[in-house]
Amino acid sequence: MLLVTCPHCGARPEIEFRYGGEAHIARPADPSALDDRQWAEFLYFRSNPKGVYAERWNHAHGCGRWFNALRDTASDAFLATYPAGQQRPDLGGGR
Amino acid sequence: MAEQAARRTPILAPSAARPEAAISIAPMVPAARFALRLPEAAAKAIGSAAGFRLDMAINRSAAARDGRLAARLGPDEWLLHGPETASEAIARDVEAALAGRHFALVDIGHRNVAIAVAGAHARAVINGGCPLDLDDDAFPPGSATRTLLGKAEIVLLRPDEAPVFRIECWRSFAPYVLGLLEEVGREFAGA
Amino acid sequence: MAQPCRLPAGGRIDRAKPLRLRFNGRDIEAYAGDSVAAALLANGVRLVGRSFKYHRPRGILSHGSDEPNALLQVDRGPGRIDPNNRATVVEAADGIAVSSQNHWPSLEHDLGAVNDLLSPVLPAGFYYKTFMWPQSFWQRVYEPKIRAAAGLGVAPHEADADRYVHRHAHCAVLVVGGGPAGLAAALAASDDGARVILADEQPEFGGTLLHDLHATIDGAPAGDWRAQALATLAARANVTLLPRTTAFGYYNHNHIALVERVGDHRARQDDRRPRERLWQVRARQVVLATGAHERPLVFADNDRPGIMLAESVRVFINRYAVAPGRRIVFATSGASAYAAAADAKAAGLDVTLVDIRAEAECGPGPAMLRARGIDVLPAHTIVGSTGRKAVTGLIVAPVDANGIVGPRRTLACDGVGMSGGWTPAVHLFSQSRGKLRYDDAIDAFVPGTPAQAERSAGAARGIYDLAACLADGWAAGGGAARDFAATPSPTGFRPVRALPTDADAKRVKAFVDFQNDVTAKDIALAVREGFESVEHVKRYTTTGMATDQGKTSNMAALGLVAEILDRPVPQVGTTTFRPPYTPVTFGTIVGSARGALFDPIRVAPLHDWAAAHGARFENVGLWRRAWHFPRPGEDMHAAVRRECRAVRESVGIFDASTLGKIEVVGRDAAEFLHRIYINAWLKLEPGRCRYGVMLKEDGFIFDDGVVARMAPDRFHVTTTTGGAARVLAHMEDYLQTEWPDLEVFLTSVSEQWAVIALQGPRARDVLAPLVEGIDLAAASFPHMAVRTGTICGVPTRLFRVSFTGELGYEINVPADYARAVWEALWARGQEFGITPYGTEAMHVLRAERGFIIVGQETDGTVTPDDVGLGGMIARAKADFVGKRSLARPDMLKPDRKQLVGLLADAPDLVLEEGAQIVADPHQPIPMTMLGHVTSSYWSDACGRAIALALVSGGRARMGQTLHVTTPTGFAPARVAAPVFFDPKGERVHG
Ligand SMILES: [Zn+2]
Repeated sequence: MLLVTCPHCGARPEIEFRYGGEAHIARPADPSALDDRQWAEFLYFRSNPKGVYAERWNHAHGCGRWFNALRDTASDAFLATYPAGQQRPDLGGGR
Repeated sequence: MAEQAARRTPILAPSAARPEAAISIAPMVPAARFALRLPEAAAKAIGSAAGFRLDMAINRSAAARDGRLAARLGPDEWLLHGPETASEAIARDVEAALAGRHFALVDIGHRNVAIAVAGAHARAVINGGCPLDLDDDAFPPGSATRTLLGKAEIVLLRPDEAPVFRIECWRSFAPYVLGLLEEVGREFAGA
Repeated sequence: MAQPCRLPAGGRIDRAKPLRLRFNGRDIEAYAGDSVAAALLANGVRLVGRSFKYHRPRGILSHGSDEPNALLQVDRGPGRIDPNNRATVVEAADGIAVSSQNHWPSLEHDLGAVNDLLSPVLPAGFYYKTFMWPQSFWQRVYEPKIRAAAGLGVAPHEADADRYVHRHAHCAVLVVGGGPAGLAAALAASDDGARVILADEQPEFGGTLLHDLHATIDGAPAGDWRAQALATLAARANVTLLPRTTAFGYYNHNHIALVERVGDHRARQDDRRPRERLWQVRARQVVLATGAHERPLVFADNDRPGIMLAESVRVFINRYAVAPGRRIVFATSGASAYAAAADAKAAGLDVTLVDIRAEAECGPGPAMLRARGIDVLPAHTIVGSTGRKAVTGLIVAPVDANGIVGPRRTLACDGVGMSGGWTPAVHLFSQSRGKLRYDDAIDAFVPGTPAQAERSAGAARGIYDLAACLADGWAAGGGAARDFAATPSPTGFRPVRALPTDADAKRVKAFVDFQNDVTAKDIALAVREGFESVEHVKRYTTTGMATDQGKTSNMAALGLVAEILDRPVPQVGTTTFRPPYTPVTFGTIVGSARGALFDPIRVAPLHDWAAAHGARFENVGLWRRAWHFPRPGEDMHAAVRRECRAVRESVGIFDASTLGKIEVVGRDAAEFLHRIYINAWLKLEPGRCRYGVMLKEDGFIFDDGVVARMAPDRFHVTTTTGGAARVLAHMEDYLQTEWPDLEVFLTSVSEQWAVIALQGPRARDVLAPLVEGIDLAAASFPHMAVRTGTICGVPTRLFRVSFTGELGYEINVPADYARAVWEALWARGQEFGITPYGTEAMHVLRAERGFIIVGQETDGTVTPDDVGLGGMIARAKADFVGKRSLARPDMLKPDRKQLVGLLADAPDLVLEEGAQIVADPHQPIPMTMLGHVTSSYWSDACGRAIALALVSGGRARMGQTLHVTTPTGFAPARVAAPVFFDPKGERVHG
């Protein structure tokens, strides 16, 4: 079971959280301006890397806040967590 | 035709806590409770409302006068607590204190049920279903947080120095929460 | 004679506490402190099981959790039968009955042993090669037969009578293993008050110190050092000592699962005490001091009962005061067996030692033993053993430096202690995703780079000398570097794979993996057939699999593969060790989550009233809802008909409390709902309600419900019962992450408000006398309006809404008042024949009016237009969640499945929900499916059965006859409008 660091509550066990998929995919301001292909990409296409992934977590059984995390999908190491709305942190290393 | 006000039928019968016992698991009497939502910045700016302190750290609680207590469960969320008879006064006072601001005050006095867990083995029993670290260093007096107990969501409070924990859960989960605590506590009962 | 093999003195057993257990129906006397294995050996029992595949007689190989053979069924009474227990870890307790497994009809005469004679046709990969065709035979014939023949024990039939609990814990340092390294680590780690948990799988801490009688530490006997260390740890409030506790899983972020055996060692079960406890520990630092496993030697017939590991012989003698034999031959390739031989001799046994190594390689061991009068044969190999159900001799032969084997001789004996060296127990380290490193000097994989905050210490990382173990443990526990003085431990061995032999290797059974019955020739066969990756060899031969996880066999198998391929061991690699380290009971994993605590059973405020009035309940998610209220003599059908009639003709009362409810508060509350729902909200006036439908972004219906505007900035949203939590989560997600600028707060009030639905033409008559502050007249309180006031003196949010098509109210009151209000309505309604109705009648009533139920008429692929609600969509809205998806070409196809009514030609026929629909029942198979029945009931109001269905292009098929599958064939049914009663919806205005 992962230990997830909520930006508001600190390190908490994974079972308190809900996973929300890839982060930083904003809902288009005007969906009607998108063609079907673009809309499908917004809805369904995700990068799914082996390595560092920016993803959404919700501290559902805690403070209730959504936040973002950088997690290495190969090692499960969390490199950073940060409140929703903030820019993805630059960890350096040119990834 | 106004009838006499209807009586309450709580889902758990309240009982008296016995903190001196090895383990005491006791449903508490009904109380006034409100969910208060207020933007983080506003809480910081005003510090308190109607005697309830609001600017404490997240997952901390603060006692107020007349048996009242505010627990900060998130950046913009507080659980306000008081005696059952104070419900209308609390609502009125908080509404007045926050008038003109963006906030939400919602009565949850019947939504939540509280169970007091006390005694030498209180931590061990709660940790039978709750994954948090309840050591004094990790969960000191004044701690309050939403978390899990088995398959139920709870709010876990330790209001003060006394090693008495208060577990709040939604009404329909209360028999499960009580049942799980009692099942885990059997090992220590009468010990 | 009782306990013929018990030594007259010594051991850690308590001779003042005799006890008695049963083995295969025979009485076995033992002492407190015995393991079942020790008790069996003390009573001269050698044969304890049959092997997995060949049903060969097997005895006890080891003294600990690495035991591959002695798997016993343990019976502690009714509901307390547990198969596959290692005799070496089960503590002897008064009154338990143990029995051997995997034999029929008896252990002594096992017909399955014919497999041993058939072994030429049962090679590695036999299952895969033989049981391939026909495919259907696998499930029906082969697998059950193989399982029956090769089973490990029998699953009990009765419910487990024991209790199990879970415990979460946190610590600064978790030390796994309480031998010298683990004790030193725990002492160092707890010195400054940090929380330390020390767990050991044995009943007593100490590891090797429990049976090493001659060692000294810092000048004192090692036993005294151990006692002092334990006393120190026990006195520290920051230390938790967990004996009988096995760490079996090492998961992410230093999350370790351990099982504590709380009850089994006690003679009498205390009902309050759990049998086992699952610990889930989150540790800042983990120290793995898990020790090492001794390797068997691989030679022909090395599995005869009585042949065991050398160190285990020593443990049985020193710790349990049991002589595993009177004439013991030690066979070794390393130094540690010499200490065992010396201790055996000191216990009065007849001892010989055979060493594969040349005399010059053996160090001081031979001289030490000869001085004690022990015959030592260096430069000898083992080529076989004699005996059948117990070893009677070990066949040895001299072997020279070139591997040339000389003449055989048989050393008569009744016990053998073999040692092929040591393998660090790196299982947990490997589970933690740490990388193993091969250490050539000790011929073993040792922990390399850790993947988590973990340190291995002592024998677990190949450090076998006692003083070095102590220093290593101390350092791993975070102690400042210090030295320990201790008796030097004889270590070092020559790695040997299959021992040199003069026999044809293809014709002998030299076991590598005892539990899985894998021989050296099986491994050779696997390699010959092209399985060069050790992971493939493992799967093909099954070596190192199952409960054993290769504890005794891993290095021998790897070494053999390397030898055959002529590659260095690290190039062959090692397999991944998986949890659990040792088997874990289902009870432990389940914990308290059984019976009433399996899941929360959520009951609404009126549950007890319903139960008292004869309700039958159904599960709706976690909720238990009143389904129907049969009167004496009524079946469900009759009860539901009566309940429906009452609502249509007079008044019914229904507990709708499980509806989800969300209080939406803030200046932008209307705008927020406007974006979430498909319909318009900005102009809804306070005091009015509206039915809303919401989609997910994919355009499919997600939930629905009535929303009331209580004030300009306050809405009372209702959701479906099942959707309550996910709708709130969905709303919060959008609010927090997409529209954080909106001034809106959401609060769940699902359980604050109980909801009593009062439905039927007389609803107002029942309600009116109890309400204050609300004008119930139709003109001032119309359908789809909401009012606040009091009922029975308590506050209410009174909705005038109807899910039945009748005049109706949904009375929201604070939950604890619901019972009193309900009872007042009940009393008031008697003169109108007020009737409680359940969810089934509710379903019928709404279906008669064609109202959908999300999750019944919808399944996550249904749009508003599909169910005839396209007209609700506010076309003027630029955007709402899911709107863009509704414009996808697939969403506009005319052949989409659309909600229609279905009337079977036979009016009495209640079609099956879920039944498929076709146009022509005579078309060739596979048929073209047009859709399925979503709801189907007998309707008293219509005088016939009615059904709702999703049918491809359904609205264009009105009046057509389609064919619906039935259990016996097809039934014709006519497509109709999905409204069967009061088509204009006039009754709600009554
Ligand atoms: Zn949080």
